[in-house]
Amino acid sequence: MAQLTFRESIARGIAQEMRRDESVVLLGEDVGAAGGVFKGTVGLLEEFGGVRVRDTPISEQAILGAAMGAAMTGLRPIAEIMFSDFFAVCWDIVANEIAKSRYMTNGQVTFPLVIRSGNGGGLRFGAQHSQSVENWAMMVPGLKVVVPSNALDVIGLMAAAVRDDDPVIFLEAKVLYSSKMDVPDGDIVDTLGSAKVLREGSNATLVALGSMVPRALEAASELAANGIDCTVIDVRSLVPLDTTTILREVAATGRLFTVEENPRLCGWGAEVASIVADEIFYDLDGPIVRITTPHIPLPAADALEDLAIPSVERIVTTVQKSMNS
Amino acid sequence: MSNTKIAPANSDLAHKIAMYRSQFALRQFENRAYDLFLENFVKGTSHLAIGQEAIAAGVAAAMRPDDWTFATYRGHAHTLARGVPMAPVFAELMGRTNGLMAGKGGSMHLTSVEHGMMGSYAVIGAHLPIACGAAWSAQYRGTEQVAVAFFGDGSTNIGSFHEALNFAAVWKLPVIFFCENNLWMEYTRTSDVTAVANPAADRASAYGLESIIVDGNDADAVFDVTSAAFARARAGEGPSMIEAKTYRHGGHSRADPGKYRPDDELAEWMAKDPIPRYRARLLDAGVSEEEILALESEVDAEVDLATEEAKAGDVPGEDLLLKDVWADGGASWRN
Ligand SMILES: Cc1ncc(C[n+]2csc(CCOP(=O)(O)OP(=O)(O)O)c2C)c(N)n1
Ligand SMILES: [Mg+2]
Repeated sequence: MAQLTFRESIARGIAQEMRRDESVVLLGEDVGAAGGVFKGTVGLLEEFGGVRVRDTPISEQAILGAAMGAAMTGLRPIAEIMFSDFFAVCWDIVANEIAKSRYMTNGQVTFPLVIRSGNGGGLRFGAQHSQSVENWAMMVPGLKVVVPSNALDVIGLMAAAVRDDDPVIFLEAKVLYSSKMDVPDGDIVDTLGSAKVLREGSNATLVALGSMVPRALEAASELAANGIDCTVIDVRSLVPLDTTTILREVAATGRLFTVEENPRLCGWGAEVASIVADEIFYDLDGPIVRITTPHIPLPAADALEDLAIPSVERIVTTVQKSMNS
Repeated sequence: MSNTKIAPANSDLAHKIAMYRSQFALRQFENRAYDLFLENFVKGTSHLAIGQEAIAAGVAAAMRPDDWTFATYRGHAHTLARGVPMAPVFAELMGRTNGLMAGKGGSMHLTSVEHGMMGSYAVIGAHLPIACGAAWSAQYRGTEQVAVAFFGDGSTNIGSFHEALNFAAVWKLPVIFFCENNLWMEYTRTSDVTAVANPAADRASAYGLESIIVDGNDADAVFDVTSAAFARARAGEGPSMIEAKTYRHGGHSRADPGKYRPDDELAEWMAKDPIPRYRARLLDAGVSEEEILALESEVDAEVDLATEEAKAGDVPGEDLLLKDVWADGGASWRN
């Protein structure tokens, strides 16, 4: 057992897979000698050498194009896009090339690759380095989307993503990088498409993702003290989506609250709400409520950013208001 | 059924005959593809390589079977040149289950991994970095395989072109960037919107590469210059870029009559048509007219047979619709 930060877990998960499989390689800007701008790849160059851990030019299309070409010819690359906002400069490779090519070729090619990226706000970086883009990826057929919320899940989900034969977008909430957790020794391998029930309650179900998971848990503690007993689900993977767990837990409490960092429109919670409304409408005891960042680019000032991203306080008051009305 | 892939050269003459056969077959395939479009058998769009066959034939002849081709939407010729039979390509254009991708890709996305045809890419420039990735994989595994990316003159102004060239140069990747300069983008003359006269070759020095220009309507010249680039790549000397001067005889895509092109320009390039040029070279080399005619009618029969085989294919049904989004063969995104 060791206490690891979220960022140390990234390197641990990657190292675990690189030791196991020679075809796993890592590329990205500053991932080698510098150990990553968020220090998520510290020690990997030293352990695996410059042939397997490669620094790249600032060429996001080349980074992801290279990952794609390598994946279709026998390697299992892990590519880093430093900030997920930068997906916008290489989205053709992600959404048109990687996501579509298996289908278009009637299954002739597979893309066993992982694209990791620092995602979301909380660091006061302003609008171009802070967006939560999980909904961009979720809406593209052919991409799997994984968003861990703690250090232990980072390792297991990274391993599962590397071992998966499909392209996985692996989004790391930047605000969680320094969060710590006790992690067992030895190999850890998790399963994609499995949500986790972190807390069982009887009055309402909070469904949260990534950076919103610790906030939902804290909100649930406060709500419990005020007589509202909540289930909390960590979605962990948007594609594949564990609708079985979500539907079961929402049906059990009769109420659904999604807690999302992404801007409002077409956030992942909208899809969850639609599935719940379609399939278990008559198990609901009240309206479905989405708690999200407003539909705005994120502001830089700490005071404004804190107003934008769902806080523990906003979760608590939103749930209370809705449950008491 | 036979195909258009050139066998390894036993002798210079056999090699030349094979090279002519390949170019002639590519031409006749494209002519038939056009007819099938007029007869409404081919739906959607298609971009013919009529006039540019010497490039597809010349480069493919220089390749090892395990080398990789990355082509554009103008990719019929490059696909066939790697040895893919005609029937599945026709069938793909017609959207039939016996198509190369069972009708799921269409004309612009021809792919046959077993022939080293790693895809046809329809977003300008995207496949240049992807070819770099394949080259990286060959370098990593020490296989001496080489990736070739074909692209047009107009594609030299998009960012991914420049990203890929720099990336390939700094990683010394075994990749060949092959520009088919047919002077035109869709309806705009590339020189009107490009800062340099030779859109690929004049950029080579920016990436530490040699500037290489070749007559793209001469299959032997293409073969020679490309063979040298393959040798460099296999020797670990990194990427090359080749710019071939050529011309498309028709419009950009099936619906374009190409009226924007001046008559004298078209006439000048029709006179440089690679097929009659190479045919004359065969006659000079001592191949008889009868021999050439026999070869040509053999190819025509192959095109006819492939057309019928393609037409006999089934129309795809719902079983294919949800197939192969994922590696497990399905399309499911939830449990
Ligand atoms: C990113 C992108 N922009 C625009 C297009 C539309 N388009 C398709 S082909 C083409 C012209 C390309 O010209 P060139 O690179 O010279 O190739 P050619 O068609 O002449 O072989 C254009 C603009 C596209 N497919 N992708
Ligand atoms: Mg052109």
